[in-house]
Amino acid sequence: MTGEVTNIVVEAIPHFEGYVYPNEGTLHPVWSTLIVIYPYITGLVAGAFIMASLVRVFNVKALVPVYRLSMLTAFAFLLCAPLPLLFHLGHPERCYEIMMTPHLTSPMAVFGFVYAWYLMAVLLLELWFDFRQDFVVWSKTASGFRGILYRALPLGVTDVSEQSLRLDTKMEWILSIVGIPSAFLLHGYVGFIFGSIKANPWWGNVLMPIMFILSAIVSGIALCVFNYIVLTWIRRKIVDMRCLDTMAMFLFYALLVDAVVETLDVLHRGFAAEEGFAVLQTMIREKLFYTLNIGQVGIGTLLPFLMLGALQILRRRVPEAARRTMIFCSGAMILLGVLMMRWNVVMGGQFFSKSLRGVMSYKMEFAGQEGWLTSAIILCLPFVILTVLVKLFLSEQLPVSEHVSQKSSTT
Amino acid sequence: MKTKLSRRSSLLRMGGAIAGLLTVSATRAAKAAVQTIFVSTTAPKGYDPTKHKWLMCIDDTKCIGCGLCAEACKKENGVPEGPYYRTWIERYIIPKPKPGSDQTRGEAIVDSPDGGIHGFPEPTLPKDQIEHAFFVPKLCNLCENPPCVQVCPVGATFKAPDGAVLIDPKYCIGCAFCVQACPYGSRFLNPVTHTAEKCTLCYHRITRGLKPACVEICPAEARIFGDLKNLKTDDPIQKFYEKNRVQVLKPHLGTEPRVLYAGLDKEVR
Repeated sequence: MTGEVTNIVVEAIPHFEGYVYPNEGTLHPVWSTLIVIYPYITGLVAGAFIMASLVRVFNVKALVPVYRLSMLTAFAFLLCAPLPLLFHLGHPERCYEIMMTPHLTSPMAVFGFVYAWYLMAVLLLELWFDFRQDFVVWSKTASGFRGILYRALPLGVTDVSEQSLRLDTKMEWILSIVGIPSAFLLHGYVGFIFGSIKANPWWGNVLMPIMFILSAIVSGIALCVFNYIVLTWIRRKIVDMRCLDTMAMFLFYALLVDAVVETLDVLHRGFAAEEGFAVLQTMIREKLFYTLNIGQVGIGTLLPFLMLGALQILRRRVPEAARRTMIFCSGAMILLGVLMMRWNVVMGGQFFSKSLRGVMSYKMEFAGQEGWLTSAIILCLPFVILTVLVKLFLSEQLPVSEHVSQKSSTT
Repeated sequence: MKTKLSRRSSLLRMGGAIAGLLTVSATRAAKAAVQTIFVSTTAPKGYDPTKHKWLMCIDDTKCIGCGLCAEACKKENGVPEGPYYRTWIERYIIPKPKPGSDQTRGEAIVDSPDGGIHGFPEPTLPKDQIEHAFFVPKLCNLCENPPCVQVCPVGATFKAPDGAVLIDPKYCIGCAFCVQACPYGSRFLNPVTHTAEKCTLCYHRITRGLKPACVEICPAEARIFGDLKNLKTDDPIQKFYEKNRVQVLKPHLGTEPRVLYAGLDKEVR
């Protein structure tokens, strides 16, 4: 009888091939879908911010129409970035200890500070300097909740003289310059969370932070493309093709650099063929075949690379509507591909035992703390927040001050 | 007259608030550092961790795979049922090479059913095809450079001055970063407390002059435990490392384990 019960239990738990350490034989990996979307969301923040910085720091005037949308996108996603981590904790009520009793050799602890710095000192301040003048103008006409909000948000600084606005613009420029390394730091540190784990040959890798940053830039630009096209479509407006083509160009080059670095990583691993290489091969050939070879490489990299590459060469010959569709599809595919990349990194590192003698199969749960439903809700939340932000701060009914469009030329 | 807030004063106020927060955080960090050493362990009052240096040695040639150590550990420390082990036993079966192959041995078959608590089933290979078979007890490797301590975001896990790597369950936030960082698979998330857990060398026992439960119960004396700072004459620990050439697990990771093995095979990871 006992034997029968044991057999049932053994069959019910996930299927293992080879030998895994007894502590690794749990129902699901300790880091699951929530930790997949955590670097995904953080990457979108960093990427969207760097995209916005192209206007502010590198003076790319063609991108002015998407500057505010990119900044608000970065902000909406940044607000949700710590949620997956928080939900995944065994004791979420103790999360403040990361800030209160930090352990500074831990990448996760430092991430808390980088996150706080990025949210408070970079993104919020830059948004405030950018919108302050408009808040003052809008507060004169708006009433009700919006009126209260627009009156409160300038924090009492209602001076809109020429000199004051010049200072605003200068501060934004400085914050953007500080913001670029901060964005790199933010997402580099997320990469470091995985790259620093030498116990795991799939993760422990010096290229990991760099790959995370590059894929973040790619996904961030793709998200801005996606949001911009969806927003203009909802508003029945005409897409500014100069802006969209420029975004597609940056997306193409970012994707190119990202693909090269990720290929270098694969080549290096293959060449070094260190301990555990055999199990990594099994991952690529079997366990992650669909998400890596088809999802990340095929759909997420090669197809958009070909489409965007073709547009770079044949831009003038492709009709606008086709161009728009191609860029939109590339953006959507890249967003999916980068999500796959996060899955491959996070789950791939847990599909084999640290004894390097066994692999495990994993079936995603639907509901519950580690279920994909929770992750899907968290992933949708930034879009809900962004919709509210766009309604409040990018509404078509609100007059936009002239300095917004001139800012790029004055810096 | 209504005073207008200037940008400068607003920024100064924000800066002041942030500086205040940082001061609070630094003070609490200092307090926590003191606490982790002197308060949050299961040691009795008066135990001075600086006066001991614990060491665990394993004579692998002696282990008979009875599983008593793993069972005693679960009972002594209230480790939950299921795939959660502070210590366990692995069995390695190394087949003879296939006839005509140029290999020295076949591919190792490793298992550890229920951590070896109920012993091991008959090997699937016929005896005449087995070249070597042996057992390896595993536990926390008491690293000098513990990666688990390095990655803990709140400092809940720490290396005590006596060499034990401990976890303060009151601080642990259950992020499982340490579980990922441990190269030896020695950590797990306790499904009841939702905090990380691992071998403490039975800290509540050793700080009261007793041996860890696994050492106490081992009938083959494969596990040898001692205090390097208080060696007695004819101490088994001293005998062990004088008599044997010792090895550690995964030395290439630079963790400098303080669990020393004698008689390991290259297949053991």
